[in-house]
Amino acid sequence: MATTTASLSNQKAAELKDRAAPFVPKEKKLPLGKQLLLQALLLFITFTVLFPILWVLSMSFDPRGLRPLTLTLIPANASLDAYTAVIDKPTNNPVTFWTLAMNSFLLATSVSVLSVLIGVFAAYAFARFKFSGRQFLMLAIIVVLMLPSVASLAPLYVLLNRVQFKMDELNLIFFTIKNVSFNLRNSLIGVGLAMISGALPFAIWNLKGYIDTIPKDLEEAAMIDGASPNQTFFLIMLPLAVPALAVTAFLGFLTGWTEFAISWQFLTNPDNFTLAMALWNMTGQYADNTPWSKFSAMAILVALPVAAVYLAPQKYIVGGLTVGGVKG
Amino acid sequence: MATMTQEQAQTTQRTRATSIWRTLTPYMYVIPALIIMTVITYYPMGFNLWMSFTNYGITNLRLDAPAPDVVGLQNYINILTGEVAIPNFNFWYTLFFNLWWTFSNVIFHVAIGILIAVILNTQGLWFRGIYRAIFVLPIVIPTLVVGTVWRNMFDADYGAINQALGFFGGILGLPEAAFHIRWIDQVDPPIPFIPLPLAYFALLLTNIWLGWPFMTIVASGALQSINKEYYEAASMDGASSVRQFFSITLPLLRPAMIPAAMYGMIITFNLFNLIYFITQGGPLRQTEILVTTAFNLVNAQRLYGIAAAFGVFVMLILIGLTTITNRISKATESYDS
Repeated sequence: MATTTASLSNQKAAELKDRAAPFVPKEKKLPLGKQLLLQALLLFITFTVLFPILWVLSMSFDPRGLRPLTLTLIPANASLDAYTAVIDKPTNNPVTFWTLAMNSFLLATSVSVLSVLIGVFAAYAFARFKFSGRQFLMLAIIVVLMLPSVASLAPLYVLLNRVQFKMDELNLIFFTIKNVSFNLRNSLIGVGLAMISGALPFAIWNLKGYIDTIPKDLEEAAMIDGASPNQTFFLIMLPLAVPALAVTAFLGFLTGWTEFAISWQFLTNPDNFTLAMALWNMTGQYADNTPWSKFSAMAILVALPVAAVYLAPQKYIVGGLTVGGVKG
Repeated sequence: MATMTQEQAQTTQRTRATSIWRTLTPYMYVIPALIIMTVITYYPMGFNLWMSFTNYGITNLRLDAPAPDVVGLQNYINILTGEVAIPNFNFWYTLFFNLWWTFSNVIFHVAIGILIAVILNTQGLWFRGIYRAIFVLPIVIPTLVVGTVWRNMFDADYGAINQALGFFGGILGLPEAAFHIRWIDQVDPPIPFIPLPLAYFALLLTNIWLGWPFMTIVASGALQSINKEYYEAASMDGASSVRQFFSITLPLLRPAMIPAAMYGMIITFNLFNLIYFITQGGPLRQTEILVTTAFNLVNAQRLYGIAAAFGVFVMLILIGLTTITNRISKATESYDS
């Protein structure tokens, strides 16, 4: 798998800084002409980076809604109408933003928490124990990591679709429900299972990568003091791995929050739809029907929680991104 | 050893029990994950392999439906020869487009990423922190949102790209109608003799916007680790700054940039969100990559047997690609030390 490029270079930076400690680099002054040239270049790059973001922001406050014909940074009569409209009823389906957000949130949270909780045990075993079959099992996990989730859509769809039942009457002790039908494929649980099938190997690999970098000294000390492997795991390893658990869970959450292919393919009941599906529903297939302002407000509402959490521990996550390799 | 006391015997017994327990421990840790993965990962993968040899279709989905017919390698052959019930399906075009898409993107990502990292690393530069903070924004926005937003920006009538081009063109005295560019659905290639639709360039533009900041972060980390004495020695020897860039900066960035580029390649190769949300593989499937084709086979066409065979192809290709990229990454690791 790809190595930790970012953290690798950070480590190297720290190493070299130590070595070069007595050497104090003197801050050279940049000639003014060169400074201005670079500033102009950087301003242009800043413009290209910010352009789409400002466009969406401006559009989301724009009350014109249907046909934006010119670019404006601060639209006339700016209002929050698009946001209130989106929160009330984002698409033509009779569901509110909160239903969609709740579905996305439950899906993302359960997938990330379950895969981290189950994965950390396996990751510990792979990182710290030598046992027969270890190589084979790790290879089996790597193979899954290479496979993008879209490529295993067909079997998951067919198999989960088999778990279904239909009953005219379901007699519970106190009351009867009529016309019960359940199809695992067409439920959030089914989507969650399909997502865990890819998220769990990713979590195992990501966490193994982190545990590999934790020095063994503390565990060895605990062992010498007579701790059993279980005690070592729960009392030493887990507390040490908390940042890794958090990052892995966050990455899993991010994947779940923006997951599209599986839920789009599996779900047919609007009550189960997710934010990602709604956002795509609002993107114009035909430009005249695009609800421009509502779409922009929705895009911001979907991106904002993720971006906010991302920016906080950004350093760890950008490094962590490369640890687990390549699950797309 | 007949004189073994009772106490000694007990100890041996205890150690034997402990040692069996010790051997079993790793398995206890692996088993929960293993059981779950067997059920929801490996069983579907095996099922996929079986399905790829059958003509599994939408009629086989019903619970009481008969089992599909086994058709042997027919699905695989049909995919390779393009005889799939989808208009404009061409496996080889898609594969080559996918590879070209990957290389062309990563080259831009790495080149622009290094360039901007070097600029940001210039001593005495003003507002460095502000720029760094802004340049990380493309990374933190979910690609789903990036894809849908850029799709709307490329809209011919109301999109921001054409409007911005019209605005700057207006300054130069060009009529606004000159910038009614149909980015997404124009079929004729913009550059004659190069069979790439305009949609490819739209995707390229979007993915450059999305991809270079990651490379800049990696390159910045590596740049800070380059000892300044090299540059001082070089400038004392009279090397120009261009010469310094090519003889010091680039070679010393290599160990960090190559693994990052390999990582970027795998990500770009499978970049479903961008292509599906911006062009959906269109026009005429010319910007389709393997993963979007796989999705369309299931989602739009419901050809599960063919989709399964296609999934096997995707997997084989990715195993090959990942092996190559890992080799290259490993090779540069040893270069480093």
